[in-house]
Amino acid sequence: MAIVELTGVTKTYQQGKVSVQALRGVDLRVEKGSFLALAGPSGSGKTTLLNLIGGLDRPSQGDIRVDEHDFARMNQSELAELRLFKIGFVFQSYNLIPVLSALENVEFVMLLQRIGAAERRQRAEAVLAEVGLSGLLERRPLELSGGQQQRVAVARAIVSGPAIVLADEPTANLDSKTGQGLLEMMKTLNAQKGVTFIFSTHDNMVMDYARRLVLIRDGRVAEDQVKGS
Amino acid sequence: MFFKMAWRNLWRNPRRTTVILIAVVIGLWSLLFLNAFMRGAIEQMVENNISILTGHLKVQKTGYHSDPVIENSITQPDEVKGVLAKVLPKEARYTSRVRLQVVASNARHNAGVTLVGIDPEAEAEMSFIGDAPLQGRYLSADTPHKILAGRALVEKMETQLEYKLVLMGQDTQNEIASRAFRIRGIFDAELESTEKQYVFVLKQAAQDMLRMGPAVSEFSVLLPEGALLPGVAQALKEALPEGYRVYTWRELLPLMDAYLKMFDGFIYLWTVAVFIAMGFGLVNTILMTVYERMHEFGLLKALGMKSGWIIREVLAEAFLILVLGMAAGNGLGVITVEAMSGGLDLSAFAAGAEFAGMSRIIYPRIVLQDMLVANGVVFFLGLGVSLYPALKAARFTPVEAMLQT
Ligand SMILES: Nc1ncnc2c1ncn2[C@@H]1O[C@H](COP(=O)(O)OP(=O)(O)O)[C@@H](O)[C@H]1O
Ligand SMILES: [Mg+2]
Repeated sequence: MAIVELTGVTKTYQQGKVSVQALRGVDLRVEKGSFLALAGPSGSGKTTLLNLIGGLDRPSQGDIRVDEHDFARMNQSELAELRLFKIGFVFQSYNLIPVLSALENVEFVMLLQRIGAAERRQRAEAVLAEVGLSGLLERRPLELSGGQQQRVAVARAIVSGPAIVLADEPTANLDSKTGQGLLEMMKTLNAQKGVTFIFSTHDNMVMDYARRLVLIRDGRVAEDQVKGS
Repeated sequence: MFFKMAWRNLWRNPRRTTVILIAVVIGLWSLLFLNAFMRGAIEQMVENNISILTGHLKVQKTGYHSDPVIENSITQPDEVKGVLAKVLPKEARYTSRVRLQVVASNARHNAGVTLVGIDPEAEAEMSFIGDAPLQGRYLSADTPHKILAGRALVEKMETQLEYKLVLMGQDTQNEIASRAFRIRGIFDAELESTEKQYVFVLKQAAQDMLRMGPAVSEFSVLLPEGALLPGVAQALKEALPEGYRVYTWRELLPLMDAYLKMFDGFIYLWTVAVFIAMGFGLVNTILMTVYERMHEFGLLKALGMKSGWIIREVLAEAFLILVLGMAAGNGLGVITVEAMSGGLDLSAFAAGAEFAGMSRIIYPRIVLQDMLVANGVVFFLGLGVSLYPALKAARFTPVEAMLQT
């Protein structure tokens, strides 16, 4: 079953008089349980694509469906609702709310989902244990290393069992060893819990982790390969 | 968690938060203090003026008010007395007086004064002369040739206790009547002008001197606390026969009424001024913190937080600043006013304030209503203007906010 479906998606940014065609017609279907890398050089349109899939921005043309929801028919508030319950985000940086501890950051989305305090806490603790941060619950983001911060972000993204987790260059700010650790962890979550991950990267090492690799070049899908795991 | 977040966000930049807090505190404090000061000043002003021979109500012959000559006296005081006894509430006090512009003179000086013929016992209960510090002695029924004069007048006329003052005025027969009185007491009053203006003799002595018979110039009434002035005034008007007029103190002291209104206006202006200064500070501060945290708001939106929640989040920060500032401001205001409950001595500036009948010593007084108004203005307008940065924060789109890396 396709959890993400893109048909003929284009995106043109208008910057004053100059218009930049970031996406020039993308068709993409992503199955549930995928572990998919969007790869391509800087400026090829990966971030734009992820933003569109996440409903953070609207395409210039084309259709986007996530978990059977047609974005074109949804208003901002409905998109926000969908993000809250169905889509987890991990960004390259500025992922966490600085004034909240690791535990509170994870609890925060559940608070927005109106989950009760006791359950919030219990689930947040459990998921932070899964990403290997049991001892650091009370730390604020600034008191965590880059790798630990990204783990908190992953924990927050998966805590409510979203349909997909979108990660935009999640390892770009990490050294390669820490980056590998994060990817291992994501892969384990994918294998054991069936979490669907779509992440972007321009790093060959990172691409090696993917089970499906979609190469983006100049705003188009240049190659789409499924690798044997 | 929203308040927790708001609270922690406030203290990310303690200096900025402290500055705006101080602005709120000073704003509120100045509002409270000014209100208390004005309130104290006004109440004393009204009381002073009422006690300077005005009372809450006066009954006079029609025409006396605009032309206070002896022809406009009340020639049948018993008629009025009867009505007063019938209509006034039980605890009300009243007395009648003779009043006339006369010239006081001694060997060296002349001065225009108001001769006030009083019933010493009733008058003492009614007006300032009963409580005024007195050198010498008060009038009594057997002192028809004695007079009370104010300290300032005595000094101006270079005279002293037991010396003579000659009063001269026009009597009912249109002739010049004059009579010598010996100074029995020298009184101090709240205002120098009062000391210079009034001299007191027995009512009987004034009536004899001016050949008035039983006539008096006016009845003055002091109502018990809680009595409704307009209602009583109306009842009196209806009960009195033709030819009399009833005045309330507001009518008798139009200047006072104007002052009350002016003070209200002044307090209003000050409230607006304080609020504008504080409001700008608040908006600026919050706007700054909002722009600094643009990518945070972008993140919150990406996570699925709706605009309404973001507005609430920003308002929570404003709310905390306001509540903290108000708590401190109110505390400081109450403490200051409490510390000055002994009175604020303004004698240094009194010369200027005196014409308005302001006291030399002001007792600031906080009234719950003033406090509620000041707090209400600060709180609701404060939250109101914070809506602007809150809306700004809510309008960042996640994509543009995230670009601010
Ligand atoms: N908000 C924007 N406004 C204008 N141009 C943009 C904006 N975002 C991206 N672009 C342009 O779109 C193209 C694709 O960018 P992006 O999706 O960020 O690529 P990638 O993530 O692969 O580096 C680039 O040429 C970039 O300059
Ligand atoms: Mg990118």
